[in-house]
Amino acid sequence: MRRDRNTAFWLMTPLLTGILIFFLIPLGVLLWQSMTFGVGGAAFVGLSNYVTVMKSVVFQLALKNTLLFIFLGVLISVVVSFLVALMLRRRFLGSGLLRSVILFPMFLPVSAVVILVMLFFSETGAFNVILEAMGVPLVDWMNSEYAFALVLGLYIMKSFGFNVILFLASLTMIPKELYEAADMEGAGPVHKVFHITIPMISPTLFFVIILSISNCTKSFREIFILGGEHPHKSVYMLSHFIHNNMQNLSYQRLSVATVLVVLFVAALAGVLYYGELKMEERLR
Amino acid sequence: MRSFTKSQIRSVKGRFSAGRAVMSVFGLGLIVIIIFPVIYMIFSSFMSQEEISSYYTGIAGAGSGRAMLHLIPDKVTLGNYYSALLGTGDYWAMFWKSLLLSTVIVLIQVVISSLAGFAFAKYTFPGRRALYFGMLVLMLLPVQVTVVPNYILFSRLGLLNTWWPLILSSAFSPFGTFMMTQIFRAVPNEIIEAARLDGAGTLRLIWDIVLPVGKSGLISVVILVFIDAWNMVEQPLAFIPDPSNYPLSVFLAFLNEGNLGVSFVCGLLAMIPGLILFLYFRDELAEGIEFVGNI
Repeated sequence: MRRDRNTAFWLMTPLLTGILIFFLIPLGVLLWQSMTFGVGGAAFVGLSNYVTVMKSVVFQLALKNTLLFIFLGVLISVVVSFLVALMLRRRFLGSGLLRSVILFPMFLPVSAVVILVMLFFSETGAFNVILEAMGVPLVDWMNSEYAFALVLGLYIMKSFGFNVILFLASLTMIPKELYEAADMEGAGPVHKVFHITIPMISPTLFFVIILSISNCTKSFREIFILGGEHPHKSVYMLSHFIHNNMQNLSYQRLSVATVLVVLFVAALAGVLYYGELKMEERLR
Repeated sequence: MRSFTKSQIRSVKGRFSAGRAVMSVFGLGLIVIIIFPVIYMIFSSFMSQEEISSYYTGIAGAGSGRAMLHLIPDKVTLGNYYSALLGTGDYWAMFWKSLLLSTVIVLIQVVISSLAGFAFAKYTFPGRRALYFGMLVLMLLPVQVTVVPNYILFSRLGLLNTWWPLILSSAFSPFGTFMMTQIFRAVPNEIIEAARLDGAGTLRLIWDIVLPVGKSGLISVVILVFIDAWNMVEQPLAFIPDPSNYPLSVFLAFLNEGNLGVSFVCGLLAMIPGLILFLYFRDELAEGIEFVGNI
C-alpha cells in the first residue's frame, strides 16, 4: 500500500471528472429541483414535494414493487447460483455441458426475450396452451398478477450464470484442510456449508449481491419493452415512475423520486458494505 | 490415514449416488431451460412467416385460436436470412455501427477503470473508503435517475441525436472501477514493489505487470461492459430523437411488430459478438474473479 496521494489523485482524475459531470452535477440539479415549485424552479418549497410524492398511491406502488423485486430477485438468484455452484464442484450427468452453457442467457438480446415471452406467455401462447391442457385457465401473463413472477424468472435466468462462475472461483480458493478438520470433528454437510463455506466466501457473496442488485435495475428494461409505459400494476417499478414523470414534464415529482431512490440505494449499499466489513473483521 | 468401517463407506457411497441422480436431474433441467430459447430461435429462423403465423394464430398471425408449440420447421427456408442480411443492407450498417459504439465504450471504460481501480487497490489516501462507497451507490442507481439532467446537459452541448451521449453516459459508469479495484487487490504487492525497484513508472507498471496478472478479471469486465453497452435501450430512447439514428439494440427491441422470422434472425445475429467474446475467453472467464473483501 502506497501513501502517495498525488499519484492516486491523478490516476482517479478521469473517473472523478466523469462522475462529477455525468452523475454528481445532475444529481445536484435534481436535489435542488426537488425542493422547488413551478417552471424552472421559481419558488423554494422545502420538503413539501416529498410529502406529496410519498403520499401518492402510484409512488407507493412503484416503491413496493421495486423493493419486493430486488428482495426476491436477489435472494432467489443468489441461493440458486450458490447451490448450482456447489453442485458443479462434483461430477454428474451433464455437468460439463452445464458449465459451458451457463452463461448463454446473459447473451440473449432483449428482442429475443420479448419475442419468446410474446409467443409463449401471451393469452393464447404456447406455454398457456400446454397449461390449459392440464386444466389451468388461460391468462395473459404480462397483463396479470403473473407478470411479476414472469419478469422475476427472466431476471434470474439472465443473471444467475455469472454468479455461479464467481461462486465457483471462490469455492476453489477455500483450503481443503478446513473441511478435513471439520470431518474429523464429525461435522455434517449443512454445518460445513454454514460454518466454513459461507464465511470463507463472504467477500464474493457481497459482490454477487451487489452485482445482482445492479442487474435488477437493468432488468427493468425488459419490463419496459414488454409492458410499455403503463404495464400491469404488479410490475410498475420506480423506473416507470421516473420515466413517466419525465414524459409528463413533472420534473419536481421526478426529482423527488430520484432523490428518494438515491437515498434508498445508499442505505442498502451501506448496510451491505458495513455487514461485509464486520464479517471480514471477524474472520481475521 | 483414517480408516473407515464398512458401513461408513457404504453410507457415503449410497448418499453420493443418490445425490448424483438428483443433481443430474436438476442439472439437465437447467440445461434445457438455458438452451431452449437459443435452439428455439435457431429453428424458427428457418421458418417462413406464413408457417410461423399458422402455428401462432392470434399472436403472430391473423384470426384467433390457440398457439401450438412448433419447433421443427415444416419447410426450411433461408428467406429470413436473405431479407435481414441482404434485403436492404440497413441491418449490417447498424450492426457495425453498434459494434463500434460498444467497443469504444468498453475501451474508455477499461482505461478509466484500470487507472482508478489501481489507485483504490494499491494506494491509501484520506477519504478512500468514502469515495469507494460513493461509487458503489452510483453503480446501483437505475439509468433513469440521471437521464433528465444529462438530457439537458447534452442538448446544451448540441450533442443530441449523435452517439456522444450514449458513449459519455456509459463510459464513466463506476462499474468497471468497482470490478477492477477487486481484481487489482488480488495482485500481490511483492510483484508491484519488484517492478518499482526496476524503475517502472506507474502507467508502465499497470500496463506491463498489473493488467496481465489480472487478465481473467479484466476479461470479465470487458464482457460485462460490452453486453451492457450492446443492449442499451433507455439511453438511446432518451438522447436520440431521430429513430433512424438508433443503435441496433433499440431497433431490435421494437422489431417484433413485423416479420417474426426476420426478428429471429436479427436476434440470433445480435448474440454473435457476445458469444464470440465468450467462446474466445472461456478459460479466463471460468477462472472468475477473486474477491478479497472490501477496501
